[in-house]
Amino acid sequence: MQRYSIFSLIKNAFSNHQNWEVAWKDSEPKKEYDVVIVGGGGHGLATAYYLAKEHKITNVAILEKGWIGGGNVGRNTTILRSNYMWDPNGLFYEYGMKLWENLSQELNYNVMYSPRGIINLAHSDAQLNVYSRRGNSMRLNGIDAVMLGRDELKKMIPFADFSPSARFPIFGGLMQPRGGTARHDAVAWGYARQADSMGVDIIQHCEVTGFDVQNGKIQGVQTSRGNIKTKKVGLCVAGSTSLLAEKLNMKLPIESHVLQACVSEPVKPFLDHVVTFGAGHFYCSQSDKGEMVMGGDLDGYNSYAQRGNLPALQHVLSEGVAMFPNLSRLKMLRTWGGIMDMSMDGSPIIDKTHIDGVYLNCGWCYGGFKATPVSGWTFAYTIAQDQAHELNSKYKLNRFNTGHLIDEKGVGTKTWIG
Amino acid sequence: MLEIKCPYCGKRSQNEFSYGGDASVKRPQLEKEISDKEWDSFVYFRSNPRGKHSELWHHVAGCRQWFKVSRNTLTHEIFKTAKINEEL
Repeated sequence: MQRYSIFSLIKNAFSNHQNWEVAWKDSEPKKEYDVVIVGGGGHGLATAYYLAKEHKITNVAILEKGWIGGGNVGRNTTILRSNYMWDPNGLFYEYGMKLWENLSQELNYNVMYSPRGIINLAHSDAQLNVYSRRGNSMRLNGIDAVMLGRDELKKMIPFADFSPSARFPIFGGLMQPRGGTARHDAVAWGYARQADSMGVDIIQHCEVTGFDVQNGKIQGVQTSRGNIKTKKVGLCVAGSTSLLAEKLNMKLPIESHVLQACVSEPVKPFLDHVVTFGAGHFYCSQSDKGEMVMGGDLDGYNSYAQRGNLPALQHVLSEGVAMFPNLSRLKMLRTWGGIMDMSMDGSPIIDKTHIDGVYLNCGWCYGGFKATPVSGWTFAYTIAQDQAHELNSKYKLNRFNTGHLIDEKGVGTKTWIG
Repeated sequence: MLEIKCPYCGKRSQNEFSYGGDASVKRPQLEKEISDKEWDSFVYFRSNPRGKHSELWHHVAGCRQWFKVSRNTLTHEIFKTAKINEEL
């Protein structure tokens, strides 16, 4: 693999950038693999990369029904954070933050990690109390957290509504300074390039249509491009998880919902941080191009359509305008939707299943993108060692039977009730 | 924008409704001995098809009645709506 550096850039400039190697191959399926990963999104690509790098398992195929990075990894609002209160979440996502910090160097691909800080705004005393409790829990787990007062916030986000007539006055906020954003497509491409260079086959336009299970053991997968034998299958298919699980006779505590995001026309630097609204569900940041990147609530009903509906978008943007009144002057450039695998307690599942050799990675709800590295890292461990790593040991599928829910916000699929 | 036909009020815009999820979920009978598994599946496990889905909706900004809707989760086509005690 050709390494990217200032020297390779200069060298290729002499040939008008016509002679760059392809970043990854579009492979043909082989008859048999040691591990098959279903889903060529961020989590699937990261899983394959860590299988090859950490566990030296390189006879791996990634099967993607569309093209890699065409699903939720290209449809999110690129936010990274580990500002969770419960230990299983805090420790898991914090390990992920440490992977993010070094990811560009590790992948030799600029993922544009930007630790610009994420601020959760509080609009009442009670909310400030809740935030300080969460901030303290974070600090006990070694995660950075800072409480901000109204005056500090005024300096940091001067365009927020600090006027006396604000419908939701800003009392303060909780900030995770290391939180921020990364370039989502680069994450997919960076993982794909490294995985490919270590021998992983990236097979696009190859849909899994069935599974070959005998005596409770996986033998292979049936695909639109023929049958593939394998002893281990990892599912990383986000919103489509229930559909594949049905082919394995599994019913899951998952509902698929569409979540919309949108970007405005580009404007001059306006917002230096990622900011979330505390009186509803709205979050925004400004991209390097100057667009405001915004998102919020689900549309609110089961959906497999990768596009949303106007009422949810209007609701979300009215919250945005309540927070930053001058957003109302911006024109919207694009809106889109992705299919979220909403788990019933709002936390993910990374676990083995009742079928020997079938592993499950799902239930990411709103937060799959920030987990890409740590999800891949722990899922690769779970597949390679046939057991959960300590970090994902609480993300069990059977926690819904045993009662060990990880109810970080007390909301699952019915987020509008919370 | 979905247009949902409330069995009591007729066609109304989606803004008036709230979603209640999978209508095929049945609460276990109270007078019966119920296993943990039955309770778990009642509380947490849902059918999640791509295509025809029976679901509950609440006409929250209207007559406030709950009712059933048969809807396609991919195209959002609404096939039929019915009162809660009727078959879809």
